[in-house]
Amino acid sequence: MSTVQPLVVVEGLAKHYPVRDGLLIPREIGQVRAVDGVSFSVNEGETLGLVGESGCGKSTVAKLLMRLVEPTAGRVCIDGQDLASLAPTELRHARRALQIVFQDPQASLNPRMRAEDIVVEPLVIQGAQRGAALRQRAAELLEMVGLSAAQGGSYPHEFSGGQRQRLGIARAIAPKPRFIVCDEAVSALDVSVQAQIINLLQDLQRDLKLSYLFISHDLSVVKHISDRVAVMYLGKIVEIADKQSLYRSPVHPYTRALIASIPVAHPRLRQARSRLVGDMPSPMAPPTGCAFHTRCPHTADVCRSHEPMLLDQGGGRRVACHFAERFAPVLTTTSS
Amino acid sequence: MHPPLLSVKALTTTFRTEAGVFPAVDGLSFDVAPGEVLGIVGESGSGKSVTALSILGLLPDPPGRIASGSIRFEGQEIVGMSKTELRALRGPSIGMIFQEPMTSLNPVFRIGDQIIETIRAHEPVSKAQARQRAIGLLDRVGISMSERRLDDYPHQLSGGMRQRVMIAIALACSPRLLLADEPTTALDVTIQAQLLDLLRDIQRETNMAVVIITHNMGVIAEFADRVLVMYAGRLAEQGTVDAVFTTPRHPYTQGLLASTPSLEREETRLATIPGVLPQLNETLPGCRFAPRCARRSDACLQSKPPMVDTGQGQLAACFHWDVSAPGAVP
Repeated sequence: MSTVQPLVVVEGLAKHYPVRDGLLIPREIGQVRAVDGVSFSVNEGETLGLVGESGCGKSTVAKLLMRLVEPTAGRVCIDGQDLASLAPTELRHARRALQIVFQDPQASLNPRMRAEDIVVEPLVIQGAQRGAALRQRAAELLEMVGLSAAQGGSYPHEFSGGQRQRLGIARAIAPKPRFIVCDEAVSALDVSVQAQIINLLQDLQRDLKLSYLFISHDLSVVKHISDRVAVMYLGKIVEIADKQSLYRSPVHPYTRALIASIPVAHPRLRQARSRLVGDMPSPMAPPTGCAFHTRCPHTADVCRSHEPMLLDQGGGRRVACHFAERFAPVLTTTSS
Repeated sequence: MHPPLLSVKALTTTFRTEAGVFPAVDGLSFDVAPGEVLGIVGESGSGKSVTALSILGLLPDPPGRIASGSIRFEGQEIVGMSKTELRALRGPSIGMIFQEPMTSLNPVFRIGDQIIETIRAHEPVSKAQARQRAIGLLDRVGISMSERRLDDYPHQLSGGMRQRVMIAIALACSPRLLLADEPTTALDVTIQAQLLDLLRDIQRETNMAVVIITHNMGVIAEFADRVLVMYAGRLAEQGTVDAVFTTPRHPYTQGLLASTPSLEREETRLATIPGVLPQLNETLPGCRFAPRCARRSDACLQSKPPMVDTGQGQLAACFHWDVSAPGAVP
């Protein structure tokens, strides 16, 4: 095991949104626990995948990491520096190290700005002077993401969806970050274009030594791009492991159901599989005990009364299930 | 051989834009046999949804218009039918499900009333009889406590439940053909799996034919018997799902399969199709895939490739289908 410090350390991160009722005198009638005690770390040059269904809190995690919303509790440390403790000016400085790529490049690019201005806008905000050097940097960034410097004068609507996502990526790498949050960054793209963007992200990771948190609902894409994968359900991580063990031998019943639900793009691998019943419960009134017990095929009394902790199962895998050992693969290697 | 249930011949559907009139579907032909599950797969702008709207007579006209070709359902020509005739066809003959159930359901009516209305629009039954049928339909699509659920409004249901209601409405008049346009795209993967199972069970019980339209190769592989691969308004390839997925002949199908991240294959780098999808207003005299194709020759740029039988009824619109391509899926 390496003893290198992880680049990003997230501890006990939580965001609870108050739910209010009453027109004239609003009163709090409950809380949505969008993210509820999430901890993980991302190593230098590593991609951590974060998967889960709608409403599991994965996009809130992205916003919390960027401090676009203030956490209710928890810490986000980059290179040992706690972002929450920073004053606004210091935070702006620290933000150079972390950037985000959003799902919808259409909505996250200013339609009235030219491409060359979009990609260097973070630098201008950080205090860079406009001029020949900045234009040179813009041209360089455009070429790094597979666009040509000649396209710098074009506006976002003149680009295709895939090209717009390239612009979003160019903007993210402009301040030379070490860590990029990709929030459904390829989800809106057609398959043939999606593959180009995934390859671009991987090339940039190698060349610029980037770390990614890759958030997606698409388990096949996450498997392709990630080194390790975390699975979220109702605001919590239920399983985290390196991708090979997670996909080959998932332990948490939710992870197992999720992987079994993916339609396989090969007719000869068609199989009848056990399906998860029901919908995800409301995060406003999460079930007692294990949040998954309402849909789990293995629910026992203890699941209804006690919440399982995210416990180490060996081999770098952590699982939040009372019966993790029953579902765990037999470890044949003892090298770790 | 059964006569086909649905027969589409040389369908061309055009859209009027500021820059002129362009075909969104360009000379498409295919048949659907009774009880068959046909998948139509393609990326944005492939014309797959316009094909569905053309069959249903639901094209926004203007700007959309069926310019030429024929669509026959049980031998009866649909192109040129009046709105009243089309309305009589939709429901009892052709049922439909769309991607977004929230916009297909009326938010101000109870779901029970919407099912009952559908039944009574097509069959002379009493309200009480229709209500009983609605309860049975909700039971069938897996909605528990169906009698109480009849009084729910669409916003009280989850996305998966709303899509179940849409399936119930589509099945209300026992159609011989169900057209499902991206029926599970807006849903989470566990809910998608539930709904595909449900659709397959119902299809087997009733032996209705299904045309499922999607961008998801996995959904096609799991659900369909036969598949049409569309690219930029034209048919690139068609055949049994088994043949098209194991021995794709068209370079576009090969590229599409290779660029889909797979749970089974371990690969460090995804194969890609260079370039971007053509715009609707890009007129190309030859193959519309040629600008992105590694096998392109002069012929491809000059003339439109015919559909070639590549064996066992698998058809590909390519001059060079028998050249083994780099990056082809073994």
